[in-house]
Amino acid sequence: MNFSEPFKLSGLLGRFSPDGKCLASCVQYRLVVRDVNTLQILQLYTCLDQIQYIEWSSDSLFILCAMYKRGIVQVWSLEQPDWHCKIDEGSAGLVASCWSPDGRHILNTTEFHLRITVWSLCTKSVSYIKYPKACQQGVAFTKDGRYMAVAERRDCKDFVSIFVCSDWQLLRGQHFDTETQDLFGIEWAPNGCVLAVWDTCLEYKILLYSLDGRLLSTYRAYEWSLGIKSIAWSPSSQFLAIGSYDEKVRILNHVTWKKITEFEHPATIANTKTIVYKEVEKSPSVETERLSFPPPRALASSLFSTQSKYDVSQVPVSLQYIKPAADRANPKMGIGMLAFSPDNCFLATKNDNIPNAVWIWDIQKLKLFVVLEQLCAIQSFQWDPRQPRLAVCTGNSKVYFWSPAGCVSVQVPGEGDFQIVSLSWHASGDSMVLLSKENFCVCYLEREEVK
Amino acid sequence: MGDWKTITVPVLSSDSKNIFQYTSDKKISSPSMNSQVLRLPLPSSKSMHSFFSAFCTEENIEQSISYLNRELTTLGFPSIYAESKGKELNLISIINCMNELLVLQHKNLRAQEEVEMQHLKLGSDMDHLQNCYAKLKEQLELSKREIVGLQERDRQLQSKNRNLHQLLKNEKDEVQKLQNIISSRATQYNHDMKRKEREYNKLKERLHQLVMNKKDRKIAMEVLNYVGRADGKRGAWRTDKTEARNEEEMYKVLLSDYEQRQKQLLVENAELKKVLQQMKKDIISLLPPQKQKPKERSEDGPVLSDLEEDIGELNKENMWELSCETVREQLTNSIRKQWRMLKNHVEKLDNQVSRVHSGALNDKDVISREDHEMETEKLELEIQQCKEMIKTQQQLLQQQLMSPCDDDTTLLLQDCYLLEERERLQEEWRLFQEQKKNFEKERRSFTEAAIRLGLERKAFEEDRGTWLKQQFLSMSTDYKHSENVTTPSAFLGSSEQDNRLVKSTSQQRKPHCVLSSSVSAEPCQTSHYTTRNSSSVASKKPAGDDSKPNRWVESDKEETE
Repeated sequence: MNFSEPFKLSGLLGRFSPDGKCLASCVQYRLVVRDVNTLQILQLYTCLDQIQYIEWSSDSLFILCAMYKRGIVQVWSLEQPDWHCKIDEGSAGLVASCWSPDGRHILNTTEFHLRITVWSLCTKSVSYIKYPKACQQGVAFTKDGRYMAVAERRDCKDFVSIFVCSDWQLLRGQHFDTETQDLFGIEWAPNGCVLAVWDTCLEYKILLYSLDGRLLSTYRAYEWSLGIKSIAWSPSSQFLAIGSYDEKVRILNHVTWKKITEFEHPATIANTKTIVYKEVEKSPSVETERLSFPPPRALASSLFSTQSKYDVSQVPVSLQYIKPAADRANPKMGIGMLAFSPDNCFLATKNDNIPNAVWIWDIQKLKLFVVLEQLCAIQSFQWDPRQPRLAVCTGNSKVYFWSPAGCVSVQVPGEGDFQIVSLSWHASGDSMVLLSKENFCVCYLEREEVK
Repeated sequence: MGDWKTITVPVLSSDSKNIFQYTSDKKISSPSMNSQVLRLPLPSSKSMHSFFSAFCTEENIEQSISYLNRELTTLGFPSIYAESKGKELNLISIINCMNELLVLQHKNLRAQEEVEMQHLKLGSDMDHLQNCYAKLKEQLELSKREIVGLQERDRQLQSKNRNLHQLLKNEKDEVQKLQNIISSRATQYNHDMKRKEREYNKLKERLHQLVMNKKDRKIAMEVLNYVGRADGKRGAWRTDKTEARNEEEMYKVLLSDYEQRQKQLLVENAELKKVLQQMKKDIISLLPPQKQKPKERSEDGPVLSDLEEDIGELNKENMWELSCETVREQLTNSIRKQWRMLKNHVEKLDNQVSRVHSGALNDKDVISREDHEMETEKLELEIQQCKEMIKTQQQLLQQQLMSPCDDDTTLLLQDCYLLEERERLQEEWRLFQEQKKNFEKERRSFTEAAIRLGLERKAFEEDRGTWLKQQFLSMSTDYKHSENVTTPSAFLGSSEQDNRLVKSTSQQRKPHCVLSSSVSAEPCQTSHYTTRNSSSVASKKPAGDDSKPNRWVESDKEETE
């Protein structure tokens, strides 16, 4: 495992290109495009303002940089560095911006969610989508990029419109109202035939619509308590995992859309078949005789950074449980993160009540498989896109890997603090980019499985 | 208990008729005893004396004697007077009376002792019983108090229970109330939210209008040059056709997805049906054949026959490939029924097994088991014995194989073997010798026979020669009657000798030779013939007769040897 040296970064904006050849990162108002293997700077672009958001186009030829304060989106071309494009929303303001799946249209969401403007890079046409819903995931594209679902709200009712991405036409009759009180998010199934629509956290309700707008099923687990916090589709579209505020994950199956199982996240793990990996610190042995002043850099960093390793804990294990304050909104409880492994065998979850643990469930057996107990709170985790390997970061300078063969904790070499807040895998699974507030570094993994 | 005190009163020396008096005194410790006991004061010795002297003094002897007599007679003793009247005292009767009185006194004392003993026992029993009674009364008191306490506690617990129930009900009511409150509040909030949202929408509309009205030049896109489409096609107009095409495509996508899913489900279904069929077959095979027992529950009978019909049908027509409702139902129903039957069967078996274990049933079964056990024991014994035998044999074999290692024994054995061989060889030698003797005998006899044969032949030849000679002579006499035939003397002599020899020999050997008498003639020519035969004889020109035969015999011997 190799680590590159850290580079400057701002805004946690470090993205691999979809074709895997380049890595784009922003430093304040500059956009740096590097080669993935050598990390040499290929292109350097300067934008008009501090960049808040970047996104690669699907064919990796263009990058858009959104500056929300100024309401400007700038698009750069990799093939032709001279090419430039600037989209100014003016007084309408800009809240969100994203590419369309074909890589030639940019969807800007104006302030107050007044409208979504579809700018085309090929033609001079502009489209508008009125009344978009002001929610987190209001726009969803199917995996194959053919259809786009937009959540709208008119007359205090929620609607979903399905558009054909090729010509931005509304699919006939595909404008339906949903039975939600206040739509919170929409997400397509990977097979592109089912759209999951779920309600605000005040109400546990998830609706499943077919591509042609028919309501397939509704699922309500309980009333009154806080409801759905996060959802995830399995890669084969067979399962829909719903994480809720009652610290449980419910799995629906795609045939009957009924719950097949519930995963609980208790603070005490008693099942003997569950493996619990606990991160323990092992202090490095320092030979006091050989210390010299001033200490060399490498030694200094190793002195201050504690090594850690994983120990297998004996069940029953009790994890650190945090009860959030009951009088605040958006409490830190419930299942906040859900992710299926790419081979559909595992589901990784995080219970916000137990912020230091990652729970890995075996989907074939529908049982808890592994629990990773870390020393710090989990910041993010992501599955390797090629194999069942999970990378976890907890805000310190270590990155943790888990695979069915075992788990390992890797210290990122380097001086100073490198607090990894986010990570992102390369599409090939050979490398990943580790992002902290100030820096980023790229980690290259060997072809063999990490032990 | 009481203390016994016996006081012996000293003998009154004044009178010959001394009266001993025993007094007994008993002290009773427990005051609760009723004073039925004789209580006799303990008189001092002096008083005793006075007492004794008080009764009878020198003055009133007669009266006292008569008094005593009276008393004794009333008591049934014989009179102490000698006769019915008079003052003569019958000493013997007095003594007897005294003795009787003493005996009586002893008896009375003993009886008294016994009675007092009995009395004591009864007293102690009484004590004991009173103690028991007191204890039991105490226990009764205690348990009564306990009961009261428990009742009290029970009442308390019941009241607590009632309270808790009440609390629970209250809580439930409260929960219900709260839920109602929540729902009402939720509706209120929703209503408020909607109102606010409408206001907000109005604002948005207004803002939108403002934004659009301004026709802000700034809202524009500056682009160096337009980029080609990703897929290289040109842009198309939006028409109804495109709309229809879009819809078509969408439906195609949906349909393909459904078809895929249906295929998967079909495959799964088929597998599951196969499994069910297999299970059904297995269950049928496991169940005991119920046709032989028609007295079984009649429900199962027709059901089974139906099932079997079904099975036949299903197997024949490959109906599992169809997926119509009725077939599916039939399959599941049949499997359920069979499973139930199997369950019952297994339960029955379990019951049987448990009954056998408890041993409450059929003697037949029990006995058979016993027999079985006995047989197994026997077999085990046999096995044991066989094993032992095998072991011993092995040991012996081992010994046999191991023992040649010992030198002495090997020599001994070798000697034994040698002796055996020698004996055998001796036997054979003997046999051989016998056979040799037999052979010799036979050879001798053969040689004798051969000699005889030779002699006979010789004799025959001589006879023939003589006869021929005679013939010749007869023929020659016919010619020359006077001529003497002179034959070489030697020959003659020899022939004569020969003849004589032959004669002698023939005489010796074959006395029954017929032609011997005629041999004395001169058989010159015939001697040629005979010399041929008897050349052997003639060649051996012996000195005497004996030597020839001796030689002959020797030659015979030689021949035979």
